[in-house]
Amino acid sequence: MSTEGFNTVDRGDTDLAKKAYGMPGGRAASIPSLGREFEPTIFELSSPGRSSHQFPTTNIPEFAPDELVPAHHLAKASPQMPEVSERDLVGHFTRLSHRQFSVDLGAYPLGSCTMKYNPKVCDSVVAMPGIRDVHPGTPSAMCQGWLELLVELEEALCEITGMAAATLQPAAGAAGELTGLLLMRAFHEAKGARPKRVVVPDSAHGTNPASVSLAGYEVTTVKSDERGCINVADLREVLDSDVAGIMLTNPNTLGLFEEDIVAIADAVHEAGALLYYDGANLNAILGVTRPGDMGFDIVHMNLHKTFATPHGGGGPGAGPVAVSERLKSFLPGPRPVRNPGSESPPDWQSPQFVWETPQNSIGRVHSWHGNALVLARALTYIWIHGGDGLLKVAQRAVLNANWLRVRLSETYDVPFNRTCMHEVVFSAASLKKRLGLTALDIAKHLLDEGFHSPTVYFPLIVNEALMIEPTETESVQTLEALAEALERIVDATDDGGDASYRAPRNTPVKRVDEAKAARRLVPTFDAR
Amino acid sequence: MPDYTPHTDEEIASMLRFLKLESVDDLFNSIPVAIRTAGGLALSPGIPEPDVTARMNELARANRSGAEDLICFAGGGAYDHVIPPVVSALASRSEFVTSYTPYQPEVAQGVLQAIFEFQTVVSRLFGLPIANASLYDGSSALVESVSMSLAGSTSRSAWISSGVHPQWRSVLSTLTRGRELDLRTFALVNGETEWPEVDRLGKESSPSALVVAYPNYLGCLEELDRVRKICDHLGAAMIVVVDPVAAGILRTAGDWGADIAVGEGQAFGNPLGFGGPYLGMLACTQDYVRRLPGRLVGETTDSEGTRAYVTTLRAREQDIRREKATSNVCTNQTLMAITAAIQLSWLGRQGLRELALRCARGTRYLRDRLVDIEGVEMVTGDAPVLREFALRTRIPSSKLITRMAESGFLAGIALENLTAGKCDESITRSDLERSILISVTEKRTRQEIDAYADAFEKASQP
Ligand SMILES: Cc1ncc(COP(=O)(O)O)c(C=O)c1O
Repeated sequence: MSTEGFNTVDRGDTDLAKKAYGMPGGRAASIPSLGREFEPTIFELSSPGRSSHQFPTTNIPEFAPDELVPAHHLAKASPQMPEVSERDLVGHFTRLSHRQFSVDLGAYPLGSCTMKYNPKVCDSVVAMPGIRDVHPGTPSAMCQGWLELLVELEEALCEITGMAAATLQPAAGAAGELTGLLLMRAFHEAKGARPKRVVVPDSAHGTNPASVSLAGYEVTTVKSDERGCINVADLREVLDSDVAGIMLTNPNTLGLFEEDIVAIADAVHEAGALLYYDGANLNAILGVTRPGDMGFDIVHMNLHKTFATPHGGGGPGAGPVAVSERLKSFLPGPRPVRNPGSESPPDWQSPQFVWETPQNSIGRVHSWHGNALVLARALTYIWIHGGDGLLKVAQRAVLNANWLRVRLSETYDVPFNRTCMHEVVFSAASLKKRLGLTALDIAKHLLDEGFHSPTVYFPLIVNEALMIEPTETESVQTLEALAEALERIVDATDDGGDASYRAPRNTPVKRVDEAKAARRLVPTFDAR
Repeated sequence: MPDYTPHTDEEIASMLRFLKLESVDDLFNSIPVAIRTAGGLALSPGIPEPDVTARMNELARANRSGAEDLICFAGGGAYDHVIPPVVSALASRSEFVTSYTPYQPEVAQGVLQAIFEFQTVVSRLFGLPIANASLYDGSSALVESVSMSLAGSTSRSAWISSGVHPQWRSVLSTLTRGRELDLRTFALVNGETEWPEVDRLGKESSPSALVVAYPNYLGCLEELDRVRKICDHLGAAMIVVVDPVAAGILRTAGDWGADIAVGEGQAFGNPLGFGGPYLGMLACTQDYVRRLPGRLVGETTDSEGTRAYVTTLRAREQDIRREKATSNVCTNQTLMAITAAIQLSWLGRQGLRELALRCARGTRYLRDRLVDIEGVEMVTGDAPVLREFALRTRIPSSKLITRMAESGFLAGIALENLTAGKCDESITRSDLERSILISVTEKRTRQEIDAYADAFEKASQP
């Protein structure tokens, strides 16, 4: 047997082995993490007849398929799933994981996404069988622990945001937005009003205008002024009785606090409209100020950002929506509440926590009670930090962002160069002019430096935007290394040197051809 | 006070000096004093991890879970399936857990390829060529599918079978409130949707889609040929809500002529988790690809010609289309989708088939025992069921479930709770109160089922 190289297969002398070499069920041996080879798909690693599943012994009579259901419902052949051994399954997904950057691996300054460290203790909490293995249809008297957990979380989130009550059902920020806008709608309808428009700043995240449309409203855009904020006078011009509300992110997507927020809130309320708070940037203000105190009526939070629940390669998240007293009766239901009539300690007849559907509820927004295990992680995080710890989170997130802003302001344009909140938006506009270096180039070069890229080309109102959110869990040493890497990219290009290559080159694959993917769509293995 | 920030006092002092600031508070000078949280948040001070873990353990003990002391016969869209250690181990790899949406494909090939494989298995399960990278849950996949049908149609209505999970229908009606749709619901009679006869249909009120569940939420297999005929007659899209486990032996949605198929993917490797996070699956024909919600991964090559993956047809999505997007979804349920892809690879072709068969056999075995009990009958008459069924007994289901819990069983779900007390025309109020939805998975042994049936016989006595 050959031992040299990585791709050796024991070819042996037998016919079978020789034949098998060319058979389906490709070799599962390579070093894809170093980019020398692609990792075959699980389908290419399959060999008909291989399997890894094991079922429990149940001793149930083996009814034949057509004894169970009428024959015309039965498939001629069952769907073609991968056929691999457990060993090959582990090899494949482990190698895939080696081709993936993550927070656990290194700094991930992806602006607006709050890619902070996710404490491992939360993993162990949601692995507790009494938390993890509870059926969502369990009668409330038998899952008092879960109801209490949800009520505790709701109360904590209301305290943090300065609101009266919350729904925990929305599964992510965008789901929270739509929920919140439907609450806005229900509020106006209850008063017999049918305003048609919702105001959204030009710096808003794409989900905001998309949610507005789905809620049946038209979008009215307001421009940010030269300070990067909403101008109250400009806002007044678009406010009339046809406006249902305004959606704001504060700090906004430029990382700047809307200093006139109180005047904005007054103007909006005077017009009979409501203020919606997109909580994507809540990390900046924990314990410092609260949306409720700013005058907001509806607030969504992204627990996967502010409260450190892991982002899971794109999800799950959780997007609870908190509201002021006057919107409480419209909240989705059923919602867990403290049972005012119960004795403590609770007994089976009169449990301490019960489900309740608010009087004017807009209805459900989730199949069950929301992304419950994500909610449990968030409460764990909140309890560990407490009020004092959350304040520290915000302070250090803001400190880190400002340190980077000043540290890099000689190399990169800072279109709005004043004290920022938890993130800072740079621009590569003059670098592009001077050196031909775009935000995208910089993002790709940074990958070669071992960092994840910032968010690029967002917000839309900044040319060649590079939006950096370092988060509070990165050390000043990491920030310095990031700053040096960002300088190196510019310096190297300036020298006409190294950076003129087409980055990245140290990654598992080189620059990916996005145009080709769209031109000839291959969304599944079968479409190849 | 515990926390996860690395800053030492000295470092903070030096960072502030660099910023020419006196104190950390100066960072927040742009926030008007009037709205500052004076005195801090009224939350308890932070407590160390071990103490929080202990507190969470107490809460966990206040729940009765499948793992601890209740043998689970509840389903209704959330099922107690085998989750093997190998799937948990792979799905909890921190590279998958702690990354985010693959915006930089060069360092996200792991997640991208796993999603590509997920899309492929969903496409095969549903028998349709295009599948997306997941939605929040089954109900959100349902909502998105109806939106897809509306986007290509002048119609403002959709026809929904009452066999679609009542909680999902509630989500559909909530989330489309602002769009003022006419959602018409068609009752189940003996487990089958009572659609109008084709020859009595005018085209005046043409819906954009008909939505039917296969099997429906009461466990019954409906005849989908009829639905296809009505859709053809009305020019409506056929949307099928699929139980992806049942798909292990049933004809695929695509085979029945579905334009769009959606489903809840929890059953594949994701714990019951008190209802989430789960994952919505969605697949469709080529015709709908430009209206597909959320992320879609496609295969391509890198600049050296090596195979690579990337999110594609991005122009559909909210960050580019903004108010013109057909969907607002951004964060989805990727980790659950990857988990499902891993579980389906573990099951394999044979395992998936066997999974469906084992559920169906256990269901048959239990059902045969229960309907023999006096006063117990099927809610859905003779309609064929696969892995779930609804029974009517002589006592309120909530009482039955409480009694069964004393014997160590989560007996099922009270239909009354599932439907939030609202009954379809086909089930009367008192029937509803006495109806229970029961599900059997591959985990249930003959011994457990026998014990369940014995307990049921006693517990269902008035
Ligand atoms: C400013 C802003 N608003 C809204 C969202 C949407 O949140 P989610 O992705 O959780 O749906 C995001 C997240 O990406 C965001 O950055």
